[in-house]
Amino acid sequence: MNDVYIVSAGMTKFRKHNYDEDFRLMVKRAFDYALNDADITHKDMDGSVSAYFSDHIQGQLIAGAMTNDYIGLATKPSKRIEGGGATGGLAFQAGYEEIASGNMETCAVYGFESMSHLNTWKGNDVIALGSDSNFDYPLGGFYTAYYALMATRHMHEFGTTPEQMAMVSVKNHGNAMHNPFAQSPMKITVDDVLKSPMVATPLTMLDISLMSDGAACVILASEERAKSLCKNPVKIRAIGSSSDTMRLSDRPFGKVPLLPNESKDDYKNLKYPGVHSFRAGRIAAKMAYERANINDPLKEIDFAELYDSYTSAEIQAYEDLGFCKYGEGGKFIEKGYSEINNKLPVNPEGGLIASGHAIGATGIMQAVYAFWQLQHSVKKHLKNGKLQVENAKRGVIHSHAGTGAYETVSILER
Amino acid sequence: MKNDVKGTEIYKTDPLIKRWDYSLSYTHSYAQDSEFFKALGRNVLLGSYCKQCNYKYGTYRKYCMYCGSETADIELPLKGKIHTFTTCYYSGEPFMNDVPYTLILVEFEGIDSLFMSRLINKNNTKISIGMGVMAKFKSLQKFDVNDVYFIPEL
Repeated sequence: MNDVYIVSAGMTKFRKHNYDEDFRLMVKRAFDYALNDADITHKDMDGSVSAYFSDHIQGQLIAGAMTNDYIGLATKPSKRIEGGGATGGLAFQAGYEEIASGNMETCAVYGFESMSHLNTWKGNDVIALGSDSNFDYPLGGFYTAYYALMATRHMHEFGTTPEQMAMVSVKNHGNAMHNPFAQSPMKITVDDVLKSPMVATPLTMLDISLMSDGAACVILASEERAKSLCKNPVKIRAIGSSSDTMRLSDRPFGKVPLLPNESKDDYKNLKYPGVHSFRAGRIAAKMAYERANINDPLKEIDFAELYDSYTSAEIQAYEDLGFCKYGEGGKFIEKGYSEINNKLPVNPEGGLIASGHAIGATGIMQAVYAFWQLQHSVKKHLKNGKLQVENAKRGVIHSHAGTGAYETVSILER
Repeated sequence: MKNDVKGTEIYKTDPLIKRWDYSLSYTHSYAQDSEFFKALGRNVLLGSYCKQCNYKYGTYRKYCMYCGSETADIELPLKGKIHTFTTCYYSGEPFMNDVPYTLILVEFEGIDSLFMSRLINKNNTKISIGMGVMAKFKSLQKFDVNDVYFIPEL
């Protein structure tokens, strides 16, 4: 396989609604940002991968092709990738595959979603069609409820508390204060999160990610092309992905797939994954770590963009990705380890909870932020350097669909 | 807008934003899952058994996800325990009139996986993991998964 690099990136500000720009123009803004930032032109592009989640939300089928012509890539090979919340993460990996296989030398990967087409309650409904429509959706189809079922079990299994979950919200909203691309910067307290309206126990309004309008784009290239297009490209060191049952009720009760720094004795009495953990996240991480020769994630990774669709999901992801052992995720946030310039900063720009969640764009937004972190160009793009992770050399991006039906983990290096 | 008025609902003129209604009626076949939904009308909760794997599914599926063999229908116990739960105060649009409601995953003795259902109990309170629950069946079948629900074990 050929080595793959990110040579440029761009995104729009994520907003609750952007009625002035439709999906095509939002993608154009993100793509043009990337072209301008590295002095690349349309002619340098061999092809593209588009990412958007829902034809229902978009009210437009084959929106990827429409976008492709709008941004000036008509006649180039292009395809659309869809995989729920992992749409952006999967599209990023599909772009990687285009370059790694030698099918393309350069590839634009862009994602978008216009969530404001539907009101929040209809949006919840459409998203819930991403659960089994025979057995799960008719019960009161609502993704927050599915994640809440998992969070309740995580609390029971490991003693995780609502206060610890709230700390994730405080951190991510606080980080977003320094990010002009973010939708919901807020200085809040644990108490504010706990007292915000209860949505599905134990998750309150401030435990939940946003619905956004937005677009994001990264430009990928082979080593040779990267050298000619960019002074400081970022290498995609490895990708990992996995899948799991759509229905939570089908998850088995078996054994933990161990990372190199774990032993069987760590989890003697733990039935895994049940519904407390995301098995696909663990397997995707294990695959990516093996390919990148990472043995101790906490020491060998400098920052992570994790899929914090809910505060509970960020805590679960600390464990799935082996930043700490299963059961220690609550303590990980409580000790501040995932804060900026602590042991392993997580979602330094605010994550899905505060930067925003325009589903198809989200996984690519994570790649954009990670690229800027590794280029050490956060100050340039965010107009201040407060969120720059010092000496960042290696970062991880992570996304999931459903309750972990698809998961992706990609490792980026300076 | 009144039904007798024909017109276009405009929210804003700059940019121009209008309302667009679009709806679909699906012909939804339960196909190979049909037996499960029909059995609810006989007050029977079906699960599935894979002979090859000796694995019992708490949620009906016609083929084993481990070996691919066709499964046999089995009757699940009508009593179980709460594996996890959540009470919803908001939801998707079609279910907003139902809130608050409680969803549970039920574990059954001798069955390897779970079943998701609603728990009906007073005020959605005093719910805990491990609590005993029993299945009840709606007398008027609507042929969806809500034809079965659970209540605290008496």
